[in-house]
Amino acid sequence: MNKLLENSKGERVMFLGNEAIIRGALESGVQFVSTYPGTPASEIGNNFFALQKELKDDPKFLFEFSTNEKTAMEAAIGANFSGLKTLVAMKNFGLNVALEPLLPLAYTGTRAPMVIFVADDPGCHSSAQSEENTRPFSVLGHLPMLEPSDAQECKDFTIEAFAISEKFGTPVIVRITTRTAHQRALVALGELAPDRKINLKGEFVKDKRKYVTMMPRLHGMKKEMLAREEKLAQYFEKSKLNRVEGVVKGKNQPLGIITSGIAYLHAQEAMEELGVGLPVLKLGMFHPLPERKIREFIKGLKKVLVLEEMEPYLEKRVQRLAKDANCKLEIRGVDLRTQIGEMKPEIAAEMIAKFTGKKYTLPKFAPKFELPARPPQLCPGCPYWLVFAAVKKAVDASKVIFGGDIGCYMIGALPPHELYDYMFCMGSSIGIAHGIKKAAADQKVIAFIGDATFFHSGIEGLLNAVYNGSNPLIIIMNNDITAMTGHQPHPDSVGAVHPIPIENMVLACGVKPENMKIIDQGQSEEFIAAVREFVDKPEVSVIIARRPCKFVEKKE
Amino acid sequence: MANKKNIKSKKEIKTEKNNKVFNCVIVGTGGQGLITLLEVLSDAAIKSGLDAKTSELHGLSQRGGSVEVHIKFGKKVFSPLVEAKKADLIVGLEMQECLKAAYFSGPQTQYLINKTEVAIPGKPLLAEEEIIGNLKKFTKKIEVIDAADICQKELGTAAVSGVYLLCLAAFKNLILLSPDLMREAIKSSVAAKHLEVNMKAWELAKKNAQ
Repeated sequence: MNKLLENSKGERVMFLGNEAIIRGALESGVQFVSTYPGTPASEIGNNFFALQKELKDDPKFLFEFSTNEKTAMEAAIGANFSGLKTLVAMKNFGLNVALEPLLPLAYTGTRAPMVIFVADDPGCHSSAQSEENTRPFSVLGHLPMLEPSDAQECKDFTIEAFAISEKFGTPVIVRITTRTAHQRALVALGELAPDRKINLKGEFVKDKRKYVTMMPRLHGMKKEMLAREEKLAQYFEKSKLNRVEGVVKGKNQPLGIITSGIAYLHAQEAMEELGVGLPVLKLGMFHPLPERKIREFIKGLKKVLVLEEMEPYLEKRVQRLAKDANCKLEIRGVDLRTQIGEMKPEIAAEMIAKFTGKKYTLPKFAPKFELPARPPQLCPGCPYWLVFAAVKKAVDASKVIFGGDIGCYMIGALPPHELYDYMFCMGSSIGIAHGIKKAAADQKVIAFIGDATFFHSGIEGLLNAVYNGSNPLIIIMNNDITAMTGHQPHPDSVGAVHPIPIENMVLACGVKPENMKIIDQGQSEEFIAAVREFVDKPEVSVIIARRPCKFVEKKE
Repeated sequence: MANKKNIKSKKEIKTEKNNKVFNCVIVGTGGQGLITLLEVLSDAAIKSGLDAKTSELHGLSQRGGSVEVHIKFGKKVFSPLVEAKKADLIVGLEMQECLKAAYFSGPQTQYLINKTEVAIPGKPLLAEEEIIGNLKKFTKKIEVIDAADICQKELGTAAVSGVYLLCLAAFKNLILLSPDLMREAIKSSVAAKHLEVNMKAWELAKKNAQ
């Protein structure tokens, strides 16, 4: 049996942070889960997908890999409005895609408990495009955001998030970063939600006043949302998710630390190493902040260190609170570190040492030898090798603009391919190709996109290019699976329950049948000829390079 | 200290002086099964009654790139990341990758290196003497083991090189985990179909450690 389903309360199990999130949802009795894969959040979907297969004769929850994060969010909202306890999960960039339906959800509030899980990736271990910090979305959306530090907290905070959502009727965001998501540590199991004869049948009860976000009702909703936020702020003042460790002894303890998330763990380690014991305010949430608690904490201090990753959002809020709570307070933090990349224990140690006047030298690593860079490679036997090789044979690469997108084929930007001239976010290779062709019609553009990415958000770009009459060549890399994030299904993949052939989608977007070809890139002569012909077409053209990922057959 | 919730406690904060944490970094290339090794080590640590934390990398790093994972165990582990220069043990499943792991090595660091190189496309393989020579600037404690070759010859597969190296470390007392617990940990961490050959790797390490 999957260890996520073990019902042995009190037993301690090694869980990845992401697994602990799942366990927390199962202990809370989650009924509907939707997600789109993206690392460092991918394990959420992968595990629920595996559990769904394991439990197929006795389902305990409904699960789907949605086509993108927006549809995952909308599916979750629909299920929630029909009364099901809901979890929706994604990586940081996914929240951008899902933002459109998320903001009105804060206005309407939820009907059943709902948790939105999001994983950021400081250091960009498995991310391109930006080092996005999703914290401000909580302020933007008036949404509570919890920030667990370790695996145990991942479980506990998820359970608490469902409870808060139930109590206040608002969706609750649980946000973590890579080193919490991919940290394996001991987690004490609680009881799985009792088998409620698991009623997965919801019912949408009509309530136009609640679910129709239109003026003039909308302003009423906003008023209610702000009131909820205010009540939450009061509630968080007393929440056990925040705690002060150590004593603030008035004038004898003039220094203190405010921290949350993974930075808290680094801070503890650093203090132990440096032999300093400062009082710590460990915050369990980013929004709404327990302002009174922070004011009380900083009131007796001369100096406070705010330890956080990336942008100093928490520090800025502490600065604001200090204005009336303790205007002489010296606030340190981002002046002692970089905003770029992830927090590390040695950086925390250096910051605390500088803050307390202890001696500590940040270890310098400046070897006199070259470090052998080993960029990721396409797997041996990956069908993408053939596409890149054929395209380079077909055209003079110096005279064509190549657009990349998000997936295994991002590797096409690296040696030995070094193909892409631009690369942005999911689905953008097509949308940007269209803009280039509009602005610089004489230049040739080839946009690459994977099949899963095409279904995620490439369709919109294709539709726009056809509708507005430009003519890039789009090569859809059809390997039958969502390869990079761990072989999840997509609408035209092996294992899709209701398959939608990708060529039907392309034609439905208005690409003319004579401007679309489906070719196995193994037929290299045919493939090369098609690229040469299509790159000069006056209309949008599409080549579907169809050959499965070499792991697809093994998996299924 | 970590879980102390009592805000008003009059107790001074004391750091636990005896909280010696064992810091281990494992490096290699994508697909060498580093995450299984972490599971074996963390399981053995917990069976020893210790706290343990690992930090893993998933995603793009699985595509043949450099992989670096961390495991720490002791009475109480806070951060999942090993601090710069603080590794007690660095296990290298690929020799060239060990150079990058030098970031974590100080004079106390023991290297246990699998005598295997995986080529980086477009670059010549580095000579073993060059790699070891450079590592010696960081620590004297370097041991290169022909694990891949030994496992291939004796067990018919080099895939268990990592488990073999970890078991060897246990038998040689380079890691503070008992070989018997490592054996139990392998049983509970390795998939049934690969268990037999992994148990043989344990036996082989026992034999060769003497």
